[in-house]
Amino acid sequence: MIDRLTNSTEPLLRVRHLSTNFVGADGTVAHAVEDVSFDVYPGQTLGLVGESGCGKTTTMMSLMRLLPAAGRITSGQVIFDGIDLLSITDRQMRHYRWREMAMIFQSAMNALNPVRKISDQIAEAILLHGLMDHERADRRVEELLDLVGIAKARKDQYPHQYSGGMRQRAMIAMALACKPRLLFADEPTTALDVMIQAQILELLKTIQHELDLAVILVTHDLGVVAEICDTVVVMYGGKVAEYGTIDVVYNSPQHPYTQRLLEAFPDLNHPGDQLASIPGYPPRLSELPPGCRFEPRCHAKIEACATIVPKLIDVSAKDESRAVRRTDETPSLLSFQPSSFNMRHIAACHLGCGPELIHP
Amino acid sequence: MSERWILFKRNLGGFWKAFRRSRMGKIGAFLLITALFLAVFAPLLTPYQPTDTIRDANGRGLTFAPPSVHGPLGTDDAGRDVWTQLVYGARISLMIGFVAGSLAMFIGSAFGIFAGYYGGKLDTLLMRITDIFLVIPDLPLTLILIAVVRQMNLGIPPLVVLIAVIGLLYWTSTARLIRSQVLSIKERQFVARARAIGASNSHIIRKHIFPQVLPLIVASTVLIISTAILVESGLAFLGLGDPTQPSWGTMLNFAFDRSAISNGAWWFYLPPGLAIVWVTLGCVLLGNVLEEMFNPRLTAHHLEGDEKMIARPTPEG
Repeated sequence: MIDRLTNSTEPLLRVRHLSTNFVGADGTVAHAVEDVSFDVYPGQTLGLVGESGCGKTTTMMSLMRLLPAAGRITSGQVIFDGIDLLSITDRQMRHYRWREMAMIFQSAMNALNPVRKISDQIAEAILLHGLMDHERADRRVEELLDLVGIAKARKDQYPHQYSGGMRQRAMIAMALACKPRLLFADEPTTALDVMIQAQILELLKTIQHELDLAVILVTHDLGVVAEICDTVVVMYGGKVAEYGTIDVVYNSPQHPYTQRLLEAFPDLNHPGDQLASIPGYPPRLSELPPGCRFEPRCHAKIEACATIVPKLIDVSAKDESRAVRRTDETPSLLSFQPSSFNMRHIAACHLGCGPELIHP
Repeated sequence: MSERWILFKRNLGGFWKAFRRSRMGKIGAFLLITALFLAVFAPLLTPYQPTDTIRDANGRGLTFAPPSVHGPLGTDDAGRDVWTQLVYGARISLMIGFVAGSLAMFIGSAFGIFAGYYGGKLDTLLMRITDIFLVIPDLPLTLILIAVVRQMNLGIPPLVVLIAVIGLLYWTSTARLIRSQVLSIKERQFVARARAIGASNSHIIRKHIFPQVLPLIVASTVLIISTAILVESGLAFLGLGDPTQPSWGTMLNFAFDRSAISNGAWWFYLPPGLAIVWVTLGCVLLGNVLEEMFNPRLTAHHLEGDEKMIARPTPEG
């Protein structure tokens, strides 16, 4: 294999203004993903967090172009290593799948074919892309199983003979089969107990480090994000609510949704604290509020929130001292500069913009 | 190559081990194998030809001779040996069953898999065709088709017509069955995963959909074979068989026509009737057991080797 030159100043994946709709049988349009932008760098883990139904998985499936029949990517760019994946043909896209971008599925039991041996399923992608002959693929399977900590002797067993943790390990082995550069992990630990969860996360971390992978981790578990992510995208109602390094987002969240989400997470330093919950439900994606999508549930809303859609703005300046609520402020319409957006701290909230940002 | 052979043998060994544990499977296989044995070794099992007339010492035809007078199964109205007709009839009945059953299975599986997998317009088209075949009463259609083809004098052997008509009409239930299974399988996540690894539709059908519906195909093929044998028997009984190549159904037709029942010649009509039951029962038993075994999820591996671990009610209560 050719050693890949990693140039971490260039993002491996650059997502710009991605929007995806679902059209129902009765013609209703659900804006599942709207105007989502982020960058992923080699060797970096990006966490995609939010409640159920906020567009995390749809975003990921859009990037792989694996949306169900009702889903349509309506606009945006997905630039992988200089190529816009949304403009190439299906056939060309098949080349990218698994060789460049692989995926760990949420439920390993469902993602494994119950009537085929684990070894066959791991080798499937290698053989499909014609990367190796049967004999070498077989050795590669053993190598991969070794890498994820499964005994070679069990390679010819069927998925139902594996334990939950082993299946997830096998899924990871499968994802690594073609040496991808980008790995999607869709809630890889949700179905596992905490011990196995910790093992799998540790394994993911090790492998990512060893192979210099870029990882996009889709999860609703903020603990998992804190443990392994470098940057985090907080999604709400199909839009990016906040985006930044794990450090700034966790330590100085600017979007009220992120703040509430973090409050809902138990703090080890203060055990016994009452956990906060966010009243209400995420909006129906076919009946979105006209202004900020979080407005109906927001604890800090101002008048403008109900009518004006907040733009993503740079809130880095706020990280030093947390925002103080200022209701007299005019909401900013300053749009962010897509080219300079990594390592910045961006949030989509009218409260985040101080006067210094309106008139820089 | 050799490794694959070893793996294949190991699989076969596991299959045999599982098969031996199933009593129903063994009975079904026994029924089918004995019938096949009769068909294959027919010339060795009887000194006569099915058309030979058995004569007594005076040279007169031995008609309606009971088993006590002649052979294992006596003779029919024309003095022909019933046992000879039975073993040669097995050849015709089984051949029609297997060929017509395979044809029906092939059409039904193709319709089911393509309709279910691709969906949309293709699904609508294929399923409406299936509906047309499904709503027309089978037996009258079969009768008319065979009669029409015969009238046209195309020079097609009657057995081929019979096989083609049965094969082309009895695939609808398989198509519907396979389609419904494919509809559920294609929504499963491992199909999404296959697409995510960059697999094409044909790869997904070959490697993921087909192996999943294979047990269903095998089971329904075995069942269709039994249906084909039954339908052929029915048609032959109604006189649509080939009199020069008598199947079990043709034998029943002869027995009925030549008043074997009123003559009390039970040895003429019971053997072919029981033979049909014998084979169809064998097919049904084997079909069910095969379906169970081809599906690894239905095998309880953790209970392997020690049947005592399964709780059984004690007689004392």
